[in-house]
Amino acid sequence: MSQKTILLDHGSGGLASQELISDLFLKHLDNPILRSLEDSAIVENYPGKLAFTTDSYVVDPIFFPGGDIGKLAVHGTINDLAMRGAKPLYLSLGLILEEGMPLDDLEKIIISIALSCKDCGIDIVAGDTKVVPKGKGDKIFINTSGIGIVEEGIDISSKNAKAGDVVLLSGTMGDHGITIMTRRAGISMEGKLESDTMPLHRLVQRLLAEIPGSVHTLRDPTRGGVATSLNEIAANSGLAITIEDEALPIRPEVRAACEILGLEPLYLANEGKCLAIVSSDQADKALAIMRSCPEGKEAAIIGQLTEGKPGRVVINTPIGGSRVVTPLHGEPLPRIC
Amino acid sequence: MKYLDEFRDKELARPLVAELKKSVTKPLRVMEICGSHTMAIFRNGIRSILPEGYTLISGPGCPVCVTSASHMDAFIEMATHPGVRVAIFGDLFRVPGTHGSLANAGAEGAKIDVVYSSMDALDLAVSHPADLIVFLGVGFETTTPGIAATILAAKNRNIKNFAVFSTQKVMPPPLMALLDDPRLKIDGLLCPGHVSSIIGAGAYQPLVDRYNLACVVAGFETTDLLNGLILLARQVGQGQPKVENTYQRVVNWEGNVRAAKMVDEIFESADMEWRGLGVIPGSGLAIREKYAEFDAVARLDITLPEAEEAKGCRCGEILKGMSVPTKCPLFKTRCTPQNPIGPCMVSSEGTCAAYYKYGMDQ
Amino acid sequence: MRVTKIDGDPDDFTQNQIATVDADGISKEVRLDVVDRWPGIGDYVIVHAGFAIHTLEATEAEANIKLLREMASSMPEELLR
Repeated sequence: MSQKTILLDHGSGGLASQELISDLFLKHLDNPILRSLEDSAIVENYPGKLAFTTDSYVVDPIFFPGGDIGKLAVHGTINDLAMRGAKPLYLSLGLILEEGMPLDDLEKIIISIALSCKDCGIDIVAGDTKVVPKGKGDKIFINTSGIGIVEEGIDISSKNAKAGDVVLLSGTMGDHGITIMTRRAGISMEGKLESDTMPLHRLVQRLLAEIPGSVHTLRDPTRGGVATSLNEIAANSGLAITIEDEALPIRPEVRAACEILGLEPLYLANEGKCLAIVSSDQADKALAIMRSCPEGKEAAIIGQLTEGKPGRVVINTPIGGSRVVTPLHGEPLPRIC
Repeated sequence: MKYLDEFRDKELARPLVAELKKSVTKPLRVMEICGSHTMAIFRNGIRSILPEGYTLISGPGCPVCVTSASHMDAFIEMATHPGVRVAIFGDLFRVPGTHGSLANAGAEGAKIDVVYSSMDALDLAVSHPADLIVFLGVGFETTTPGIAATILAAKNRNIKNFAVFSTQKVMPPPLMALLDDPRLKIDGLLCPGHVSSIIGAGAYQPLVDRYNLACVVAGFETTDLLNGLILLARQVGQGQPKVENTYQRVVNWEGNVRAAKMVDEIFESADMEWRGLGVIPGSGLAIREKYAEFDAVARLDITLPEAEEAKGCRCGEILKGMSVPTKCPLFKTRCTPQNPIGPCMVSSEGTCAAYYKYGMDQ
Repeated sequence: MRVTKIDGDPDDFTQNQIATVDADGISKEVRLDVVDRWPGIGDYVIVHAGFAIHTLEATEAEANIKLLREMASSMPEELLR
């Protein structure tokens, strides 16, 4: 590539665009479908139901401890498919680049995307790149859409949750959210904070294979955190949820950083965790399966669904008290008190 | 964290819960006046285990809640000034003025930066030499010393594009104003943790002498709070009000002399408007003439506009502890965390937000 | 939070007065301009909005914990839930 930064030309569809495709995208994301460079990808038809999802990523900073915007995008879309019990198949990659973005940074992100795809066994089969003038974007925005297959007999939905079902969380809370927050200017702190971005489809497939029919609902608690996801599940299922404060897995450094900034871990984003609502007779087995996966080593049973005020989420505190956990209403911001 | 975890210990807390029940020999009404106490009490579920006869009222402890509408309007006006960039604590972002909040102003192009410390605002002044960085000062005695130190640092570093809009408040005067109101009947005060580390536990002695008020200084961990509530109940039961300090590891009788000196160097006493309480003489701080170049009000020649309190909003009464959110006609109908009308709903520590968030229905 | 590094002189406000503090693997810089007692390395401080406001005396902290433990342990069994 002759240029060092992204120019408006790179988005115009002409020779500069083609150079970007051949020298950068195909170099790292090569596969027969993408290489054909047709207007649409024709993909094989598999038996079962099709799952289809889309996500856009605008995270700032674009590189952070534990990952980058590219890795986040791939894992995020794979996880959305996995949360419906789908086996991920193909992704599309849409990029909106800001004029002036260093090509080195773009290449790093593309390489990261390629590695994540390879690790997950899926291909990017369609893509698009546009460039906006400097100041009209923020380095890079990514959209990924994904297709997956839900095999016969699998039906994962919050409507299937039943009173008595147990709530499991596959690992520690708040890692991603606090890492991003502390990378912003003025709140920087050193420490072992790292995003937890991770694909969960393998963990989900094991659960579905080993305790078929017992996994009723899956949810990845991204924006809004565990609190918001639990509220959504409670509302959709028409049930109440009770969780135990002491059961919530959280890293000491995440807890410490949250205390300094006045943030609640329950509301911070997670990018490599899932909530699983499982029938109570299989809860222990579900926990064992999760913990035997690298993605779920710190999994825990955190609560239960109950008959009660529909949509209400309650947390029991260590002193024997309780309080209601409401969904997040806006961006979490650091507080002084 | 060390020196925090020990005070969260469930093994200590559970017996204290039982002791709390035992300690109430007479019904009592206690007011807490610290936003962090409001949060901690709700977060730990302490309200759900308060024994019969123990009433806990939330007073004006949240610095954002007591920021008047006219101050918010002035903040918003400042944020839309050309060439100005305002730096704020996150708490202020969604507080409504008469016509919208700083968040709305930001959406319309105002330059607003959320900072964790006033010192970060000074760093912004250095990195944005073309803008005047105005730090919107709110807070009580815990926060003010840091803001004073920031102004001193700005002077010593000769930074020309930094100023502070001070609405800093001091704690004892509004308490006197509240307690002088014969309608307000309280037996005890749960005194703030960190404000007390600055002003000293001795600052509450006049309240004991003048109003026979039980005063207990407590920290923020579960055991600190339970301990504080127990001692208040005991004092009221025995009819022997005094100042008791259960947060000795952080608070002493005299307070933080070094911080007091710093504040005194930069600030002088001033009258200040408190939401719901009006203007209280000597309850605030203004930047001294000597540091006028860092006073945003002097520098930008701001006059406070007459602001209107939102119709129906009961924040004032709630701050005085004379009403509860559930009695406000706007609570949960027109006024919600997503669409707050008064600051009590905006701040995550505000009484109404706490009631909403933690589901207080009674 | 525990002090691991200190820069500056308590009486000289023309220079930075900064400590590095840590807790549970998080480390941060905080200002010392308004702390009541200048800390030593290894001391614990209370931090508010980027400023240390109090240096803990280990003895006071231990006394506080001891008092709470006594209060808790003196509770007769039958009153515990």
